[in-house]
Amino acid sequence: MSAPKPDSGNEREIVIEVRNLEISYGSFVLMRDLNFQIRRGDIFIIMGGSGCGKSTLMKQMIGLKRPAGGKVLYGDVSFWDVEPSRQEQLKRRFGILFQSGALWSSMTLAENVALPLEQYTDLTPAQIRELVSFKLALVGLGGFEDFYPSELSGGMKKRAGLARAMALDPDFLFFDEPSAGLDPISARLLDDLIIELSESLDTTVVVVTHDLASIFAIGTHSIFLDPEEKTMTAAGNPKQILAESGNEKVVRFLTRGEGRKPE
Amino acid sequence: MQQEHSDTAHFEDAAVQFIPVAPDRLVLKFSGNWVAGGDLPDADEALQDLVRTKPAPRIAFVTEGLGAWDSGFLVFLARIVDLCNGSGTPVDLSGLPEGVRKLLDLASPDKQRTGVTREKSSPGFLVRVADATLDLFHGFQEMLAFIGDATLSFFKLLRGKAEFRRSDLSQALQETGAQALPIVSLISLLVGMILAFVAAIQLKLFGVQIYVADVVGIGVVRVMGAIMTGIIMAGRTGAAFAAQLGMMQVNEEIDALESLGIPPMDFLVLPRMLALMLMMPMLCIYSDLMGILGGMIVGVGMLDLGVAEYYYQTLKAVKLTYFWIGLFHSFVFGILVALAGCLRGLQCERNAAAVGFAATSAVVTGIVSIVVATAVITLLCQVLGI
Repeated sequence: MSAPKPDSGNEREIVIEVRNLEISYGSFVLMRDLNFQIRRGDIFIIMGGSGCGKSTLMKQMIGLKRPAGGKVLYGDVSFWDVEPSRQEQLKRRFGILFQSGALWSSMTLAENVALPLEQYTDLTPAQIRELVSFKLALVGLGGFEDFYPSELSGGMKKRAGLARAMALDPDFLFFDEPSAGLDPISARLLDDLIIELSESLDTTVVVVTHDLASIFAIGTHSIFLDPEEKTMTAAGNPKQILAESGNEKVVRFLTRGEGRKPE
Repeated sequence: MQQEHSDTAHFEDAAVQFIPVAPDRLVLKFSGNWVAGGDLPDADEALQDLVRTKPAPRIAFVTEGLGAWDSGFLVFLARIVDLCNGSGTPVDLSGLPEGVRKLLDLASPDKQRTGVTREKSSPGFLVRVADATLDLFHGFQEMLAFIGDATLSFFKLLRGKAEFRRSDLSQALQETGAQALPIVSLISLLVGMILAFVAAIQLKLFGVQIYVADVVGIGVVRVMGAIMTGIIMAGRTGAAFAAQLGMMQVNEEIDALESLGIPPMDFLVLPRMLALMLMMPMLCIYSDLMGILGGMIVGVGMLDLGVAEYYYQTLKAVKLTYFWIGLFHSFVFGILVALAGCLRGLQCERNAAAVGFAATSAVVTGIVSIVVATAVITLLCQVLGI
């Protein structure tokens, strides 16, 4: 498997590297030999059909689930081989948007965004309040500080989740199915937001999704997981894969099963 | 309705006729309304007829007389098509309405994924016993690990290193304290009265009704008050903890905490455990008072004892040691109920049924551990002679 080709003139440093990763449930191996690199500033898409293990792959990358084998490297630190305290340090550089938003339902939006700040910074309550309002305003939720998650729509919850994920100005943002359950317009707005944030904050973004519109709109690099081959069968820029890949399954996936149109 | 043909199956509404139009060609003529739940011909009988026809003819369908149809019709046809495919009989579907053909095509076996059917396995008795034993063992291991983690967290708290939100603690205190008062009052008062009743009948025989105060006082203060509060709290709060944490597990809220490096044990379990450790003894004292009050109501109302008389008899009977033993019970129960609720909540799987199971399981675990703990403490007291 070749490493994803960087865009022309974009030889940035490799910030995440996955080596020989294996995903399994008990004795059942779902994926093996996963090898890829993510460079600073990439919007990296992990794509594949339902149930192919892409969410699990993300959980292994963010330290929620120990992989059955292989390494996840951040810089030259192998996440699963260092002691817990070092893992915790790494985790603080991650911002994660879960599929359902995963806002803490007993707290208001402001409290949700404030918690990471309270835990890991020495900011005064007033400073935290200001930062929280700013982060919420970034995702278009200014004024919703005192709302509880249950009072929000699905799209708003996702955006609030994003505000929380960005609370600590993370180096890496992970998104699990960001457009799932959103109407097309909200999904598009979230995509735009991801691009803007990634560009302006120079954050590296990893997105797990099977939403084609999102894949083409935001992805600079991607890998395709094929559950039948039990490994990744394509890597590169999604548009490039669509145009050049010789793998029929990937092309069918990227064209909603229609295959490449003859030109 | 078609009734003239000898091969016809007769039915009120739906009917199918088998019309041999040539030696090697059989036409199935459908008529009437083929609606599921209506009086449909029995597919098995019809199929038997088909199987009996040798050599297998080519089959076609005629549906001019067909009225309304739904899945009932499709199921019937699907079985015929299956049978024909199985015996290599050619089937001509062109006589069927277009919608029926499309639906049959969608459901045809070659459109289904292969190899997904679960084999029904019925493991032998020994295998099942072994599985159950292993499950039990793993459950026990998990429980021990959880208790260990909780203890570590507690020491972390004592060293000032565990963090949780004050508001979580105060909310838990309110839920486990003030809000539990009405039900604790009712149950404890009634248990006090019941104890007094039962004792009164026996003691009256000897004319020593006044000892009702001893029975009720010692019984309630030493153990019953604590047990009643424990069981109420297991049902009320233990289940609530399990459901709350279970729901958080379903919503990935616990993942979100862990991904931030915030241990759920510190952040979610500690405030709940602390709240119950503090509030259970309080509730127990309250329950003791209510129980004695219940006894007094019966004593004064039924046995013609004086209020002061009953009061002083109680004071004389209940030693301070009993009071401490009761409090110790309730303190232990508080920890047990909190641990059971939080353990089951955090073990919860990610679906709605699992949340229900977690709540039930928390109550069962809570009550069982309360009873076991009572037995152990009673035994210890016996050994220590208190």
